[in-house]
Amino acid sequence: MEPKKIGCYICTGCGIGDALDLKALKAIASKEQKIPVVKDHALLCGAEGVAMIQKDLDEGAVNAVIIAACSHREKSAEFRFDIDLMDRVDLRDKCLWVQDVKDGDETAEEDRQMMAEDYLRLGSIKIKKMNVPDPFLHSEGSKDVLVVGGGLAGLTAARDIAKAGYQAVLVEKSDVLGGKMNAMFKVTPDNKPPYRDLADNFIGSLISEVEADNRIKIFKNATVTKTSGQPGQFDLIIKNATSTKEVRVGSIVVTTGFDLYDPTKLPSSLGYGASPDVVTSAEFEKMAKEGKIVRKSDGQPAKRVAFALCAGQRDKEHLDYCSGACCIYSMKQALYVIDQYGADASTYLVYQEIRTPGQMEDFYRKVQEEGGVFIKGDVTAVAGNPKGGVVVKVNDHLIRAHESLDVDLLVLATGMVSTVDTLDPNSPSPVGTGRDELPGSILNLQYRQGPSLPRLGTNDFPDSHFICFPYETRRTGIYVAGPARRPMGIAATMTDASGAALKAIQAVEAVALGVGVHPRSGDLSFPSYRAEGCTQCKRCTEECPFGAINEDDKGNPLFNPARCRRCSTCMGACPQKIISFANYSVDMISTMIKEIEIPEEDEEKPRILVFACTNDAVPALDMMGRLRSPISPYIRIIPLRCMGSLSLVWIADAMSKGFDGVLLMGCRHGDNYQCHNVRGSALAEIRLSKVSETLQRLKLESNRVKMVEVNIMDAETLPGVIGDFVEQISNLNPNPYKGF
Amino acid sequence: MAYDLSFAKDVYNKSEMGHWIKMCMQCGVCAGSCPLRAHWQHSPRQLFQMVRAGKRDEVLKSSDMWMCTSCYNCIVRCPRELPITHIIHGLARYAETEKAVDPMQPTRRFAVEVFWKNITATGRVGEAMLTMRLYFQDGIGAGIQRGLEMRDSALGMLKTRRLNPIPFRGKIKGYDGFTKMLAKAAELEAKLENKA
Amino acid sequence: MKEYTFFPGCSSEHNASAANMENSIQSMCRILGIQLNEIDDWNCCSASIGYAGGGQLPRMAMSARNFALAQKQKGNTDLVATCAACWLSMRETNERIEEEPRIKQDINTALAEAGLSYDGHIKTRHMVEVLIEDIGWETLQSKVTKPLTGLKAAGYVGCQTNRPFGVCGDSYENPLYLDKMIEATGATAVPFPMKVACCGGALMFSETEKACVLTKQILQSAVDNGAEVIITPCPVCQLNLEVYQGMINKTLGTNFNIPILYYSQLFVLAWGGSWQDAALHQQVIPAEPLRRFA
Repeated sequence: MEPKKIGCYICTGCGIGDALDLKALKAIASKEQKIPVVKDHALLCGAEGVAMIQKDLDEGAVNAVIIAACSHREKSAEFRFDIDLMDRVDLRDKCLWVQDVKDGDETAEEDRQMMAEDYLRLGSIKIKKMNVPDPFLHSEGSKDVLVVGGGLAGLTAARDIAKAGYQAVLVEKSDVLGGKMNAMFKVTPDNKPPYRDLADNFIGSLISEVEADNRIKIFKNATVTKTSGQPGQFDLIIKNATSTKEVRVGSIVVTTGFDLYDPTKLPSSLGYGASPDVVTSAEFEKMAKEGKIVRKSDGQPAKRVAFALCAGQRDKEHLDYCSGACCIYSMKQALYVIDQYGADASTYLVYQEIRTPGQMEDFYRKVQEEGGVFIKGDVTAVAGNPKGGVVVKVNDHLIRAHESLDVDLLVLATGMVSTVDTLDPNSPSPVGTGRDELPGSILNLQYRQGPSLPRLGTNDFPDSHFICFPYETRRTGIYVAGPARRPMGIAATMTDASGAALKAIQAVEAVALGVGVHPRSGDLSFPSYRAEGCTQCKRCTEECPFGAINEDDKGNPLFNPARCRRCSTCMGACPQKIISFANYSVDMISTMIKEIEIPEEDEEKPRILVFACTNDAVPALDMMGRLRSPISPYIRIIPLRCMGSLSLVWIADAMSKGFDGVLLMGCRHGDNYQCHNVRGSALAEIRLSKVSETLQRLKLESNRVKMVEVNIMDAETLPGVIGDFVEQISNLNPNPYKGF
Repeated sequence: MAYDLSFAKDVYNKSEMGHWIKMCMQCGVCAGSCPLRAHWQHSPRQLFQMVRAGKRDEVLKSSDMWMCTSCYNCIVRCPRELPITHIIHGLARYAETEKAVDPMQPTRRFAVEVFWKNITATGRVGEAMLTMRLYFQDGIGAGIQRGLEMRDSALGMLKTRRLNPIPFRGKIKGYDGFTKMLAKAAELEAKLENKA
Repeated sequence: MKEYTFFPGCSSEHNASAANMENSIQSMCRILGIQLNEIDDWNCCSASIGYAGGGQLPRMAMSARNFALAQKQKGNTDLVATCAACWLSMRETNERIEEEPRIKQDINTALAEAGLSYDGHIKTRHMVEVLIEDIGWETLQSKVTKPLTGLKAAGYVGCQTNRPFGVCGDSYENPLYLDKMIEATGATAVPFPMKVACCGGALMFSETEKACVLTKQILQSAVDNGAEVIITPCPVCQLNLEVYQGMINKTLGTNFNIPILYYSQLFVLAWGGSWQDAALHQQVIPAEPLRRFA
């Protein structure tokens, strides 16, 4: 690689030139930081300013650029150059706009100038310490996509993958495609205006479409017994009764669907087993498909039918969640009864809350119009009726009365349980699933962190963070869609499957370019380590939130760069500081900390270091700037990729350099975490619990270091958070290490 | 039998706008919007569910639907766009035709025994006669009592020429045809059923 | 000269409870150049509680007879009502005749007994709609010769001039047209949270105690917000708020003495009409706060 030739370009627009001493700033860049090219412009983001930079690049005078202007979130389109190394120093949003300097207040002016100079130093160090990453490329990658499970979601995903021009491998454990849809009589009109009339089951035509597509390879009666490797090179073993096949794919979509909650596990008050005339919705659907809706007990016509919605769902003892589709499904079944018996039909839906999202509200109206009677309440007891059928005791919340309901059939709308193995045998789910044993692994991942997909929070779903990262699991390149991800109905399943298919395609393309898939899409860097320094402590392999690092026999880490999300949690975990990225390292941040000027104790100007997560805290700080909310001039902010990269060395460095306090701004962690990398801020908190040892060793107070949770929406409260910490620190004596 | 639908079907067919009752989703906005909410036993939505639960007597004998001031707040707020005011009026009228309502229910008594008779006697409201009938419906003593209570107001109305000192008024010119028309309408009303 | 078919309604008759509304509206229309052609031999619209004695068909037949007469006498000219209940009953009847074939058929069978027929097509409008849509705010304002500057008025819209049909697309929860009318006369519309609350309507006759509680809350809110007068478009509201004030004072321990006026009375006075023109001599509670403008 050609030697680094850095150019530093200072913008004097937006009031920067008026507020700051440009000459002094330029001197910091050129004399102190020895940057060969240092220029300024009154409107750097304008055509002329950009052309000035471009000219230096074209002439070869510069190949790495520092832009000292506004936040990196501003003017990113203007400052887009075809170079590998660039950094933005924020003199405006995080300095000028948050410093309240009155005319003639020389102290405040001086403080602001010192802040700007420090930020310029940080940018200079950063670019000096950055290297150009080489993308992780491999020649034998595959762009095929594995789809596991041949039901509605799997068929939809496989079809969409093929339609997009990719090869799909569809593995189905039974001998037929179609899954639970094969048992459906009619389907609800989720996607078909006017969303009122039942439609014929369409699964047959979808199966034909998939079977006729030569871009889709179908394995029936087969399972995936082993998945090793990483995105772009997942090596699978697909087995059926007679043969074993080795297949390589680039990414994976899991669409194994759901099991129905075991009705024999339901409370006896719902009456399953008390009479043959208490059936599950699946049993009722089968009866309707076969033609005659009758009492099971004596074969007489079942004209009066009650439906118990939430049969176990939203019940802490059974399924803690809403199963999403049962309200609509039960309404559909009420229409079967009305269609068959006309004016003689009486249908009752006993519900907790009717949930008919989207256009299905129109379907709800249709069922009401047709005479379906909706009763908000609970089924409290069920008994066989000597005349046939059952007597259902209902606590009707609407009329506040306990009533008896004589019906021919009671249908229990049982809920969905994901078939994906998310359960760690050592820490069973807090939520009941109605299963007697844990499900077998779908993918049998050969990952250091186990064969299963991690679950989200307290629920048993292999989701990660749907709002930010739909369909993603915590295993890069593996996407779950349909009721395997969370309970859902037909229309949602198909949308889900299409979404996951596109994500899987995106993954194989990103891997082929050697860039990060998500959330740092396009990032070329990935971790490497200095093998001779490793003590086999396994912290990196244990802490990686994405299972990206395996171990060899001796306990050395084996990095799988294509599984990596570039969060740098491993870097922060390593006590030997031997894991680093080409453009991000422990040494880089340490050097930055040491470069900040610390005033002498008698100047009475404390210094407080802020580590801020780039995902949420940094944008919140930028917005605070837009609000022109003043903060202390003693703050110095260093953005981190993720709090997960926090190395305790940095705290020690800051303290021995003479900083009076360190404030960490990470994302919310715990059950409702907001960390883009799932575990980053949680791990930082754990690491910080050990920082008091460091502080004790230095004979410093433990409250000099504090971590706060910052949300992207916190711009208005941040000045208070910062102010409180500054006040807390100013109550302590100055750090005695200043000047050492 | 609970939830027997024969009463509900009667209401759907025979009570004005009654078929809309099946469309209620029990959100309770009507209940919170009614100015007389402190005075009824069952809110509109509860009455609707009682219809669906087959509670014929409780509904028809209830005083609840006679508490309607016709303010139409429920009608404009109902998210399902049910014509609630009209449904409530319909239930009151249905209770009247079924002779289920207590004849002494005050609003029923005023509306049916006093007001309707008053307007059909001449074709127009005779305000003075209306007031007299209302005051004296419980006998002369009660009438004088109420008259005394409102004496100042009545005098004020007389003085400002907003009350006719002579309680008798003439019939409209087309009164004969008017009466025949009402008789025919009443006859057809008995056969009228709501659209499904 | 704008012409409309006019349905005054029973309370607007000579010596009836809303004679002050009727008289001031006639003055108002004279000033604006509006000619109201009264339907000959009209009958009661059946009002808010006609449903109980009249059911659907007899109740609607009454309004239908008025339409049939109007059509015969004046063609399909827009019909103007000044009373909220009349406007509502007439408009509802017309809608159902136009939209429900069975109702149209039955109503016409009944009308035939009186030698009449009606197939819809007459638009029923409230007087305030005519003012806003046909006359326009600019004219309403430009007619002012004696601005009622300093008068503090609470605009009480009430129920049926607002719901269920609404006036000129204004809000149900916070309609602004009446406040705008008050301001057009130069007076000040005070904030009035009870502007669309119910006064008890016809229940004032049968459930007087319950209705008085509602009326009391409305009066209290107006007084609390500094109003000297309450302005309303509705004859039932006017009656309940004015005539029952004495009883409320007696039974609920209050001390109200606030005049209840029609928007038309305010306009006539502000446009230079006399006390008599504005029918202000027909107030049971004298309109003292307006004396200073007379």
